[in-house]
Amino acid sequence: MGIIKASRLIYDYIRRDEDDHVEEVNRAIDGLDLDIKAGDFVAILGHNGSGKSTFAKQVNGILLPTEGTVWISGMNTTDDDHIWDIRKTAGMVFQNPDNQIIGNIVEEDVGFGPENLGVPTDEIWRRVDESLAAVGMTAYRLKSPNKLSGGQKQRVAIAGVMAMKPQCIILDEPTAMLDPNGRKEVIRTVHELNKKEGITVLLITHYMEEVIEADRVIVMDDGRLVMDGTPREVFSRVRELKDYRLDVPQVTELAYELKQEGAELPDGILTIEELTEHLLPILQPDEIQEEIIAGSESEI
Amino acid sequence: MIREITLGQYYPVDSVLHRLDSRTKLFGTMVFIISLFLANSLVAYGIATLFLALAIYLSKVPFSFMVRGLKAILFLLLISVSFNLFLTPGAEAFRIGFLKITWEGMRLAGFMALRLIYLVIGSSIMTLTTTPNELTDGLEKSLGFLKRVGVPVHEISMMMSIALRFIPILVEETDKIMKAQMARGADFESGNLIQKARNMVPLLVPLFISAFRRATDLAMAMEARCYHGGDGRTKMKPLCYKHRDHVTYLVYLLYLVVIVLFRG
Repeated sequence: MGIIKASRLIYDYIRRDEDDHVEEVNRAIDGLDLDIKAGDFVAILGHNGSGKSTFAKQVNGILLPTEGTVWISGMNTTDDDHIWDIRKTAGMVFQNPDNQIIGNIVEEDVGFGPENLGVPTDEIWRRVDESLAAVGMTAYRLKSPNKLSGGQKQRVAIAGVMAMKPQCIILDEPTAMLDPNGRKEVIRTVHELNKKEGITVLLITHYMEEVIEADRVIVMDDGRLVMDGTPREVFSRVRELKDYRLDVPQVTELAYELKQEGAELPDGILTIEELTEHLLPILQPDEIQEEIIAGSESEI
Repeated sequence: MIREITLGQYYPVDSVLHRLDSRTKLFGTMVFIISLFLANSLVAYGIATLFLALAIYLSKVPFSFMVRGLKAILFLLLISVSFNLFLTPGAEAFRIGFLKITWEGMRLAGFMALRLIYLVIGSSIMTLTTTPNELTDGLEKSLGFLKRVGVPVHEISMMMSIALRFIPILVEETDKIMKAQMARGADFESGNLIQKARNMVPLLVPLFISAFRRATDLAMAMEARCYHGGDGRTKMKPLCYKHRDHVTYLVYLLYLVVIVLFRG
């Protein structure tokens, strides 16, 4: 069993009228089975309303299953005795950077989690130092969060989670409100934490570029898991992704269209370099190709 | 206008005042305010001025920051000064039309103005040198005895510090909504008071909705970070009195004694 495991998970949003009668039941997650290995970088894709955010909230016990079970490192999320251990193990970063920073100063916000856990003062300071260093925000530790950019705020939020020493971080569309630079900044930070600290990452997003480097991509649609595999495997199924109302990275789409027109290209091309490499032999006879490569090199 | 209030705006430099325990500063502000109401002579105000000047000097905060807070009370200041100036009975100094200005009035108005200005500057020094969190921590600990009679001290102080954190965000949001509504033809400027108040509705409704949404998000984020009330919580910056705090308390005592002696 991996660090996060969901078994036949079902979750209903129930809307009740004033007399507590059920007015509407909205099934957000519908029989999800999932097992995530510790240390993996897993991306969850899905269009709006696919249940991906609901699943994120299941992982640290903010929402509890209607049916089925979620285990976090062996602990059942419905077990009241372990709820704080679960939230400590699986830290969560939300979409809106402003609405999750509690402290009036960066370092105080990072210390908020450990304070709640009852960590001794010296240890809190050590953790705050480490976490700020891990996300590269040490220089801003005495600043007010209001004076930071969106990307920086999200990095502070990540540091706040890191200070609780989690084994796993869930990021629920952390870049949705950021500009392209902030987006890169946050994703780079998350990748570093995954590689250097061995933190399991569950990244929920709808930006395709962010999932290319993930170890595993999961696609959700209508509360169900519909695709699961490496980025290359998933992105080679362009037609299917389109059916789930998802875009593929531009390069992948171009390669796919070319292939449809008869070009001999492999499936699941993810980067521009890859496409160039495969396209050149098709487009040019060998000699000209060498010239082109030489030419482009001299231009650079 | 809201942007100009310096209350709750921490000025981050390293100074003796910044390093003092927030309880010491809270108590000091209280002592200073009491002393202002005790003082009723030039000498006493001179001593208060010296005390304030010392605090300003020690805080290393630019004086202009403290003066900024005065803008907000300018109107109040004018009203109270003119009331005192024109309505105090006594020996007439001179007369403009039907308005009589007395020596007593001038004296009272002067003291009143000083009192108000010093009050604002005095409390600004505290908020400029203390982070809002330290401040609420200080309040929480000083008022801790109220917990025994069922006052939720921790919760109140947490609410205060969150409110402080969100004031600038909501101000910015108000600004944004105002511009958006103005672009759609809303008018916040013209009309009488009642019309103006009515025109505020398209501003307040979205602001409230957004504030509630933020509150829900924040509550969820706090729970996700294991917040479960004040029990079993440790402090990153626990309050404990140091040598300099004891010295400061001595200074307060000395100051109060001197003020009482010279209050006139």
